[in-house]
Amino acid sequence: MSDNPPMEAYRYPDGSITYPGHPVGPGGEEPVGTVDLSDYTATVLTWTKSTATPPGVRQPNTLAIVEFDVDGEPVRAIGQVTGEDEVDIGDEVRPVYCEELREPGAGIREPASQEWDGYRFEPL
Amino acid sequence: MDRVAIIGASMTQFGQRDAWIRELLAEAGQAALADADVSPDEIEHLYVSNMASGEFEGQTGVPNALAHDLAAMPAYTARIDQTSSSGGAGVYAAWQSVASGASDMTMLVGGEKMTHRSTAEATDVIASLTHPVEYKHGVTLPSFAGLTARLYLDTYDAPRESLGKVAVKNHKNGVDNPHAQFRKEVDLDTVLDSPVVADPLRLYDFCPITDGSAALVFCPESVAREYTDDYAVISGIGGATDTHVVHERADPTTMGGVVNSSEIAYEMADLEPDDIEVAELHDMFTILEFLQSEDLGFFEKGEGWKAVDEGVTDRDGDLPINTSGGLKSKGHPLGASGVAQVYEIYKQLIGDAGKRQVDADVGLACNVGGFGNCVTTTIMESR
Repeated sequence: MSDNPPMEAYRYPDGSITYPGHPVGPGGEEPVGTVDLSDYTATVLTWTKSTATPPGVRQPNTLAIVEFDVDGEPVRAIGQVTGEDEVDIGDEVRPVYCEELREPGAGIREPASQEWDGYRFEPL
Repeated sequence: MDRVAIIGASMTQFGQRDAWIRELLAEAGQAALADADVSPDEIEHLYVSNMASGEFEGQTGVPNALAHDLAAMPAYTARIDQTSSSGGAGVYAAWQSVASGASDMTMLVGGEKMTHRSTAEATDVIASLTHPVEYKHGVTLPSFAGLTARLYLDTYDAPRESLGKVAVKNHKNGVDNPHAQFRKEVDLDTVLDSPVVADPLRLYDFCPITDGSAALVFCPESVAREYTDDYAVISGIGGATDTHVVHERADPTTMGGVVNSSEIAYEMADLEPDDIEVAELHDMFTILEFLQSEDLGFFEKGEGWKAVDEGVTDRDGDLPINTSGGLKSKGHPLGASGVAQVYEIYKQLIGDAGKRQVDADVGLACNVGGFGNCVTTTIMESR
């Protein structure tokens, strides 16, 4: 079992799952559980390679929106793609933990206001 | 019911300006009052559309500063921040203030001072609207555009060149706008060969960073007639939101805020998309002109690129879009942009758009905040 923190999505009473979680889900109800998306692989829905990145962000920064299939329920997430490799729509990826996705404090957001670790997506 | 009229308007030169936010707002405000022939002490409500004067410049409290600089005290003031759609939200607030009967003379001034910041810094200020799970990955508004453009081109089998044609069209329109940041045509090869910013989008697919301000004067139509014969009315207006987390939308190529805000505006105006004769859309990125033109009901889903390709949205086409040059050519001083969109429609409807003039009695402005997170759609008609 990994020591890394989970890539935590919330599950709601109507069966829907969101990443990130919200106090109230799409159906208007509070969450009833969590799902660790790092246990799943995902499919690339779309991607971009950003060359004009803000302070504290790697350059270039390849990003993808991916879709997980959690027991038949689709769940989307956005994140960096590992390395500088390009990916293609439809590629399969897996989440890979990263301790620091961008440099806290380099940008405008207060460093203590949010977490800076998370999961990148590695093409399989 | 007494309709809400616009009786005066102004916009400053957009671009890289020496003036700071207070000066930009005052410049547009004074010019709008002069255009409407309204004295400052007649202003009952004064709204300022501005996203981030505190973050960009360290100047907060801009509505009160403007009231003082214009000698408009004791007018009620408020700042309207709805990110890139602050201008549209300001139009909504100004319309509400008159429609509700709370004010018989309202002025809206939108403005932003940005160019003293580097592109990276300005991009980060704007990206601060994103959710923490987006921000920590370095997601920016341009990267949302790249992600969406790739999906759109793939889903609807649209050629990359079609996005470039939006930039070519809007730059061509901007040549005739004396207030535009860029008054220079670009050809398709220049757009397609420009540096990659967020693949597949390139430099010319993006609006510039801009300083500028624009202003409008609102009053009941019954009052408008006392001032001028040249006014336009707001016949429909709607505001709506979509998800904060962009990837949670069921269809990333559809902007729910545009769909929902326009439905409200069409119903209020008792009009259909086919009735619109000129439109200003929020082309912060070329892909946004496709998405909005479809989500406003002008074209079927996935067909917006064909309309640009066939010249339908040219100035002399069946539905001219962004006769001002759009954000793409005119520039995008965040809080001013939605106000400047309505300025352009107002000028078109009163027949004062100069070389940009088209034959139109009904116009629409769609102002988008975030990546479709907040939207205001305004429909206007000539008197």
